[in-house]
Amino acid sequence: MYCTRMIYILLIVATFTACKKDGTAPAADSNVKATLSIQFDNIVGDKNLQLNTGVYKNAAGESFQVSRLKYFITNISVKTAAGKEYIVPKDSSYFLVSEEDAASQFVKVRVPEGEYTSLSFILGVDSLSSVMEVSKRTGVLDPSAGMDDGMYWGWNMGYIFFKMEGISDAAPVDPSGQHKFRYHIGGFGGYSAPTLNNNRTIRVDLTAAGVAKVRSGRETNIHLMVDVLKMFNGSTQVSIAANPTVMFGDFSAKIADNNAQLFRHDHTEN
Amino acid sequence: MNILQWMIFCCLGILLPGCSKDDPVKDPPPPPFTGFEVPAGFPAAAYKLANNNVTAEGFELGRKLFYEPRLSRNNTISCGSCHLQSAAFTHHGHDVSHGIDDRLGSRNSPPIMNLAWNTTFMWDGGVFDLDLQPVVPITNFVEMDETMGNVLIKLRNTNPYPALFKKVFGSEEITTARMMKAMSQFMVMVVSDQSKYDSVMRKQGPTFTPEEQKGYALFQQKCNSCHTEPLFTDHSFRNNGLTPGPNNDEGRYPITLNPADRYKFKVPSLRNLAYTAPYMHDGRLYSLSGVLQHYAAEVTDMPTLDPLLKTNGKPGIALTAEEQQQLLAFLNTLNDRQFIRDKRFSEEAQ
Repeated sequence: MYCTRMIYILLIVATFTACKKDGTAPAADSNVKATLSIQFDNIVGDKNLQLNTGVYKNAAGESFQVSRLKYFITNISVKTAAGKEYIVPKDSSYFLVSEEDAASQFVKVRVPEGEYTSLSFILGVDSLSSVMEVSKRTGVLDPSAGMDDGMYWGWNMGYIFFKMEGISDAAPVDPSGQHKFRYHIGGFGGYSAPTLNNNRTIRVDLTAAGVAKVRSGRETNIHLMVDVLKMFNGSTQVSIAANPTVMFGDFSAKIADNNAQLFRHDHTEN
Repeated sequence: MNILQWMIFCCLGILLPGCSKDDPVKDPPPPPFTGFEVPAGFPAAAYKLANNNVTAEGFELGRKLFYEPRLSRNNTISCGSCHLQSAAFTHHGHDVSHGIDDRLGSRNSPPIMNLAWNTTFMWDGGVFDLDLQPVVPITNFVEMDETMGNVLIKLRNTNPYPALFKKVFGSEEITTARMMKAMSQFMVMVVSDQSKYDSVMRKQGPTFTPEEQKGYALFQQKCNSCHTEPLFTDHSFRNNGLTPGPNNDEGRYPITLNPADRYKFKVPSLRNLAYTAPYMHDGRLYSLSGVLQHYAAEVTDMPTLDPLLKTNGKPGIALTAEEQQQLLAFLNTLNDRQFIRDKRFSEEAQ
């Protein structure tokens, strides 16, 4: 009799669970891996980023347009409320997000089923990966693939972690006759002599805007807003007039610090 | 076969190649390919050969790529354009090199020689892996001005490359890694170890003249701490007191951003100096006597000047005119004529 009642209760619970559409997921099996999508939605302040056409203004009052935006996202990991962390294997965790390529803005990794309350990744390419043997540099790390816009530094070996270029009247005229700004931020810390490390680890708390409930058979999407205006308006205010070109130099560390603040969790689609 | 017959047979073996000298058409058969070997007296190689075993086919593919102008945007410039074997793989007579469309670089073309022992590449050491070194000239605006992606497309569409890659790597696939590894196989094989100095050190017969011997003693006393035997470099970066040039090339500094590295450049090897003029990172010195004159009397004092180039607060290395002559005599024992004529390394070998 007791057993029958239990079965009824279980059935009812199961029925309700199945009916619920508001995000309550079926039980997670941490032995099963499922796809987690992380969306990098590039914006400029209150506006969507539109390459070449959108006109924006930074805190220094300088109008600008963006012609190119690319950055490396690597070393992704997720953590549950209980503090259990899952680190995506390094070789499955190299991504190049490009504003020109919509598909590249959805970074997809396989993680165990579970409820994740925080997400972590590196904006850049970590030191070990930056000194890898050439045969391991495949996919987005291959100097011949997707690098034609130059996300690989040959002369000072390493990758450009973050590249934003565009046009602004505030930029001085360059030899090509354009008023162009160029921010190429890289530097993994040096191989034989220590130098700048502009890799930044980003931790995003998901509790407020939506825990990621990863299950097989569906694709949870963590929607991040990437506000490139914060590259200018961060803890260091960057003026295009004062720093139209920033590549491998001491000032690049300030931009790397600003860039660590670009990412905001907007919502999660479970 | 008894011992006597065996001895006669061996003698014939020695004599016969001598006979073929009368026949101008026949070259002696090439020695069998032995792969990469560390010459007697040399230290262990820095290059990780375990990741890239040198084979005859790989070496030959690497050589073909080294002399392949398709590596450049308009198929005009190959590695061999600025690294000429007759100049010990430098660009003899050019202070800086002219690349694609005759665009000029800012530094003197360094030799492709004994690279297996190099820990870093380029005058500033910005490249730390030989397997990724060729990417730099290929993509450099003034050198080859091409993209790696495009080079691979060209090679895939050019016979006999797919077949050659299959011979070396087992399939026709042409990737960055395969291309780079083949080029490294060629480059690590380009070893110079047959100078008179080497024969003397290995006690193979030749001896130093009295003047060379005095020069060697001076060398050990005054030069060897940076130009360390037997490679004649310690692979370090040093400021040797050259006044900054018009372009204010700061050398190693842009790589490390360490102010102590300002105006430091890699210590170059002294092997094959007779073939590699002009000298220094920007090719500003046209003769070896000019180089010795620099060290003896023209070293500029700077905050990052190498401490070894200062004695009692005075910059430079004290060298009388006679000592300079003796040093020159010794330096000339470092020239390796066999190296600059070795058919294995030449474009014509293909």
